[in-house]
Amino acid sequence: MEYILIIISAVFVNNILLTQFLGVCPFLGVSNKVSTSAGMSGAVMFVMAIATLFTYLLQYYVLVPLHIEFMQTVGFILVIAALVQMVEIILKKISPALYQALGIFLPLITTNCAVLGVAILVVSKEFTFLGASHYLNLAQSVVIAVAYAAGFGLAMTLFAGIREQLDLAEVPKAFRGAPIALITAGILALAFMGFAGLV
Amino acid sequence: MNLKLITKGILKENPTFVLLLGMCPTLGTTTSAMNGMGMGLATLFVLILSNMAIAAVAAQIPGKVRIPAYIVIIAAFVTILQLLMQAYTPALYETLGLFIPLIVVNCIVLGRAETFAAKNSIAASALDGVGVGLGFTLSLTVIGAVRELLGSGALFGYPLLPSGGITVFVLAPGAFIVLGYLLVLFNKIKR
Repeated sequence: MEYILIIISAVFVNNILLTQFLGVCPFLGVSNKVSTSAGMSGAVMFVMAIATLFTYLLQYYVLVPLHIEFMQTVGFILVIAALVQMVEIILKKISPALYQALGIFLPLITTNCAVLGVAILVVSKEFTFLGASHYLNLAQSVVIAVAYAAGFGLAMTLFAGIREQLDLAEVPKAFRGAPIALITAGILALAFMGFAGLV
Repeated sequence: MNLKLITKGILKENPTFVLLLGMCPTLGTTTSAMNGMGMGLATLFVLILSNMAIAAVAAQIPGKVRIPAYIVIIAAFVTILQLLMQAYTPALYETLGLFIPLIVVNCIVLGRAETFAAKNSIAASALDGVGVGLGFTLSLTVIGAVRELLGSGALFGYPLLPSGGITVFVLAPGAFIVLGYLLVLFNKIKR
């Protein structure tokens, strides 16, 4: 039951893009086509799940026992940068097809603030479910990371679909490009506000 | 020439309105003019110091590992900033929350390191950091002021509109919409 609540809360209620503003750069940058934004979302989900697993272990088995929690930012970004490199190399060897699909997005992900943001979020925030608030355990952290990434993918794909239509519309000159994209995103965020208070 | 390094970051190459970089903190922290300014100044601090440090060591870093090396340098300064803010401005640190550690992955900071600091002198890089940082601070303050005025009817915490505001402007959708319309305005003025 708790896992279902975690997933609904992360995908809809606290959508990472539209309510927490993490990963807005790729959201505005690569969301011109549904296919590329689906590829990007896949890569983000993959990296976010693995990164959260490793940063969780780093936090609770290295940083906390040694009392060097202030090294969190440096440690996490190093782990993420190394992981992205490793995922790229491994993927190239094991599954060239998947690498073809996700490969070009991987280098972009190191600086995708959603990955670092979620990694920090799961170890630093108390989550409230069913009236009890507590820090997440390892399994819950990975589940919530995947769910956040799914929310990212949902918002990206919805937005890309709208933008494909927008290309055909006659937009006033000053609104073309980023401004109309931002206003569209605002309306989408307004729609997502309807989920507030669901969990 | 030196003055130009500072002014170009504020207007011609404004990171927010012209280059559209650093969107996450821009949208996430501008719920009031004060918060926007705080975030801008925090980024300014990291930007100046990381620009100087990277300009000093860039020649020694092998090309292949330069990006990770820059990220570690930036992360070190962000950690310094986090500790300073926890000590001296705990309230602002709480409000900005997640977005302070996320300065590490702010594309503006890494972008300046790669395109400017790595190829220029320490002094020029410091000035470039000041210019871009001030440009970012200014944009964030403007966005924050508009959102605060529309959303809570106040400016820098002083109530101006007796009726209060339209709450949606301080919430998530307001961030996107206000930035969108400010960009339209910027495009109009520029032409």
